[in-house]
Amino acid sequence: MNSFFVMVGSDDTLLFENQVINNGKAASLASVGLSSGMDKADQKDVLTHFVLFSALDVVDEEMWRTQNMFLRKVDKFEEWEVSAFVTAGNIRFLILHDARNDDGIRTFFTRVYDLYMKMALNPFYKLNSPITSPSFAAKVRALADEHL
Amino acid sequence: MSSKASLQRTGDSAFKRMDHVSSELFTLTYGSLVLQLIEDFEDYAEVNNQLERMGNNIGQRLIEEFLAKSRVSKCGDFAETCEVIALVGFRMFLGVTGTVSQSAKEPHVCHITLASNPLLDFVELPDEAKGVLQYSNILVGVLKGALEMVQMRVDVEVVHDPLVGDEATELKLTLLEIINDEPPPDDE
Repeated sequence: MNSFFVMVGSDDTLLFENQVINNGKAASLASVGLSSGMDKADQKDVLTHFVLFSALDVVDEEMWRTQNMFLRKVDKFEEWEVSAFVTAGNIRFLILHDARNDDGIRTFFTRVYDLYMKMALNPFYKLNSPITSPSFAAKVRALADEHL
Repeated sequence: MSSKASLQRTGDSAFKRMDHVSSELFTLTYGSLVLQLIEDFEDYAEVNNQLERMGNNIGQRLIEEFLAKSRVSKCGDFAETCEVIALVGFRMFLGVTGTVSQSAKEPHVCHITLASNPLLDFVELPDEAKGVLQYSNILVGVLKGALEMVQMRVDVEVVHDPLVGDEATELKLTLLEIINDEPPPDDE
């Protein structure tokens, strides 16, 4: 499954992102929409962020309708779906993915939440600032390989 | 000279007699202290100094509590002092024990290795602080301050630090002099 994972802070800033692209299908996302002078990679990034951040509005409504942190599928774009997870501190985790895998995504979110909590206890990390720790990135990548 | 095993027992029973706090509370409190210092002084070298000064202050008081509660006997030499620090002192106040290594060539130098250092849980240094900030420098001050109160002037140095990729925290203690506080001869 192809996926784009982002963490969005409580003030809607981008904290972290991770992409897993297994096959050429991801390119289809790039071919949709934008036809400006940007190269393929840039277009894809812009479009992914656009789709994910526009899903935030739905997340903000959806989160009040359930007790769960995991919101399942909240939005759709062409054949891509957006699944979301909201932490107690209102950090939003979003995944744009092209195949249904609720269980895997739920486990992935929970494990990343665990990592995030530990990382947030680092006194040098300022809340709601972009996560630059290479070890965090490596661990998230490993989790994505395992569960997505 | 008391054996390692008996020191370990002394350390364990001293640990049991102490009041305990959650290690997370402790780690996070120390973390915010260091961060506040960095914010206030904006200079890692100065933060190291401040941490050492604070440690010194703590050490000078802590030695009283240590001697009152640990029930250790008089140390014969510097090597034994280091064993007591590693097995009883660290156990009492930080809940961990250290291992002492010393080479026969340098009887006045001791290395104490802490396999786990509760000050460092969760901590990851930003790149610009690596190699400059001595995050555990408070330990340096505590050891210096405490030993000075028992007539030993020592130099302490953090030689290995997991925050910059080493395996364990290692402190190097160098005995500089035993302070002789006999009164001067013409003193009445």
